[in-house]
Amino acid sequence: MKITSINDLNQIKADYEAAMGKYHHKVLLCSGAGCISCNCSKVRDAIEAELANLGLADGVKMIETGCIGTCAEGPVMLILPERIFYVRVTPENVGEILKSQIIDGVVVEKQTFQDKTTKQYIPCIDDIPFFKEQVRIALRNCGNIEYKSLEAYIANGGYYAAYKALTSMQPADVVKEVLDSGLRGRGGAGFPTGKKWSLIGPGDQKYIVCNADEGDPGAFMDRSVIEGDPHNLIEGMMLAGYAIGATQGYVYIRAEYPIAVERLNDAIAQAREAGLLGGNVFGTDFKFDLEIRIGAGAFVCGEETALLSSIEGKRGEPRPKPPFPAVSGLYGKPTIINNVETLANIAYIVGNGAAEYSKYGCEGATGTKVFALAGDIMNTGIIEVPIGTTMRKVIYEIGGGMQGGKKFKAAQVGGPSGGCITAENIDVELEYTALQKLGAIMGSGGLIAMNENTCMVDTARFFTDFTQDESCGKCTACRIGTKRMLEILERITKGEGQPEDIDTLYNLGQVVKDAALCGLGQTAPNPVLSTIANFRDEYEAHINEKRCPAGICKELTVFEIQADKCIGCTKCARNCPVGAISGNVKEPHVIDPAKCTGCGVCRDNCSFAAIVPAKRER
Amino acid sequence: MGKYKDNCCINCSDEDRAKYEEIAKVIDSYKGKQGSLIMVLHAAQGIYGYLPLELQQFIADRMGIPFSEVYGVVSFYAFFTTKERGRHVVRVCLGTACYVKGAQKLIDSLTDKFQIAVGDVTADKKFTIEAARCIGACGLAPAVMVDDDVHKEVSPATLYDILDQYE
Repeated sequence: MKITSINDLNQIKADYEAAMGKYHHKVLLCSGAGCISCNCSKVRDAIEAELANLGLADGVKMIETGCIGTCAEGPVMLILPERIFYVRVTPENVGEILKSQIIDGVVVEKQTFQDKTTKQYIPCIDDIPFFKEQVRIALRNCGNIEYKSLEAYIANGGYYAAYKALTSMQPADVVKEVLDSGLRGRGGAGFPTGKKWSLIGPGDQKYIVCNADEGDPGAFMDRSVIEGDPHNLIEGMMLAGYAIGATQGYVYIRAEYPIAVERLNDAIAQAREAGLLGGNVFGTDFKFDLEIRIGAGAFVCGEETALLSSIEGKRGEPRPKPPFPAVSGLYGKPTIINNVETLANIAYIVGNGAAEYSKYGCEGATGTKVFALAGDIMNTGIIEVPIGTTMRKVIYEIGGGMQGGKKFKAAQVGGPSGGCITAENIDVELEYTALQKLGAIMGSGGLIAMNENTCMVDTARFFTDFTQDESCGKCTACRIGTKRMLEILERITKGEGQPEDIDTLYNLGQVVKDAALCGLGQTAPNPVLSTIANFRDEYEAHINEKRCPAGICKELTVFEIQADKCIGCTKCARNCPVGAISGNVKEPHVIDPAKCTGCGVCRDNCSFAAIVPAKRER
Repeated sequence: MGKYKDNCCINCSDEDRAKYEEIAKVIDSYKGKQGSLIMVLHAAQGIYGYLPLELQQFIADRMGIPFSEVYGVVSFYAFFTTKERGRHVVRVCLGTACYVKGAQKLIDSLTDKFQIAVGDVTADKKFTIEAARCIGACGLAPAVMVDDDVHKEVSPATLYDILDQYE
């Protein structure tokens, strides 16, 4: 049906609530990318079959939602109204869970979320620290509603903000509301969104572009928003379009996210069908439509001017600024580019008012930020916290601490454009200025925790390899500068470093930062400069002693077994790919340094922390 | 257009001809739309499997743009390939999270087992092995994508059981 008035919205909401009211229980099954990879579709089929078997089909509704957040525990499922959260659900065990929970009212504790440190099961989702400490605004519907249902989105307040803006606010009022909220761009640089909108130049045709080219390794926030709540993005773009006077929007999504493309395409079709996109939205003369453009695997296209070139179907090379896209952007027309998460906040801000949003966060950076937790952390997944939450809280309370009880060494924030935060700075507030002071950036929100077995020189090499490979080649500083930096880093990790290498790296890094054309090049040296600043001793150990303290750089490392810790379980000997380990059962084992390739499989597998890296004699 | 008979070159097999036919339809459906080259190339690679020079020339002619422009775009983007591919594409994610969790060991294992370099196709044409930039499955690291399926927490020990599921 066409939606043309507030009554239509109210009617859809009432109908949906009435339909849902018939069910005494709901089963929310996560269908985020993580859970899909764990075969949640088979679990879905099993739930349907079991509900029919148990005679519950009329009283229990299964809802497929977007990402609930705890990706490593998938497939996950939440049963309402008790709010019991089940993890690692399988087609085999789901029948027992449904019967016990819904018919008998008994929680199947061993299938609920377990705190890995205390070993305690925490059945109710509201008691789990991972969820308890979060404030979900951009992700407010993600994991709560059926991702593919326009009605569910409307029943949760969706498109009311668009109605409010189109019928009772001038475009300038929308800009002011966003300006007052203090929202800053969530894609990395943190430019105030309302301010950006107010800079839109004059022109007959203007564009709003959503940057969904989430290429930072370690970041998957935008993907979760699009896959779990696509209408939120559409409404955000409508509001942005109204505010700046754009009639056409583009969403640029990377090709690596086929599910996101599919779900957003479906949602756009629904919105068109309902008259929410197209002409005369809500009976006004506002006209707006959306189109998806798919990337093709170039990281640089996350840079806004390169992204525009790519939408135009060209090589994704950046252009010098000024002119800024707000004046001359897509096809030379005034264009505003916002990131997915930024746009996911807009409907909330317009609907609830700037004050409601700005009560979260801290001075100079209001609201919330979505982070993707990954690496050697216990609870990997997607979280949203007020800006200014400390890194300690994120890692230890929400993230549940480090895996295997290992020590926290550093966290890489802001991906290949960011820097690392070390253990001594773990109380830093996750906020633009504080992170910048420590040589990192807020970035788009990838947060990768690294344990004591991570070599920081190798990590710097890894990021430089990435940026060097992704450099588009247009400007010399980035193309050649990153290449030379990579060569030096490779040399160091192979044990061929020269004493002057650290200074050379530092100087080269400064030049690339100053001289590169776009954001990719200007931030490319950050991981190197940040690891030099924080872990200079590791660089020196590689260069001067030809030793890798973390035992990652193979050319410099062999492993040794500490005889007093080894109980002779034989696990390492069985797993060694080159047969370098020998010893009798229940006696300490020995590694032959001549055969050891330094791969570290033995250390990863040892349950007694008996295996340590040592210097490879050359 | 003189080089082509029914959209395809004179010596092409019927199968190729049908594919070219399909690609021609896609191109025509984008006619008049600005900036559609990348979308056309995505579709063409989906249909043909890869983008050999002849196909790029065909696209250029049909779209009425210079061949150099098509080639420039194809060579810029990592997603487009000019090499023939295996029946399945295995993408080992080398994003940071996966790298930290040992994804390099998966690459080493694959290149060692199949005796090919990253980007190449196995001798039996079954798999193309690629290293992917972050596929956004960081919570599941190390992750491997086979075609459109993401497999989580893969190790050298479980990798080949996964690959065996593909024909």
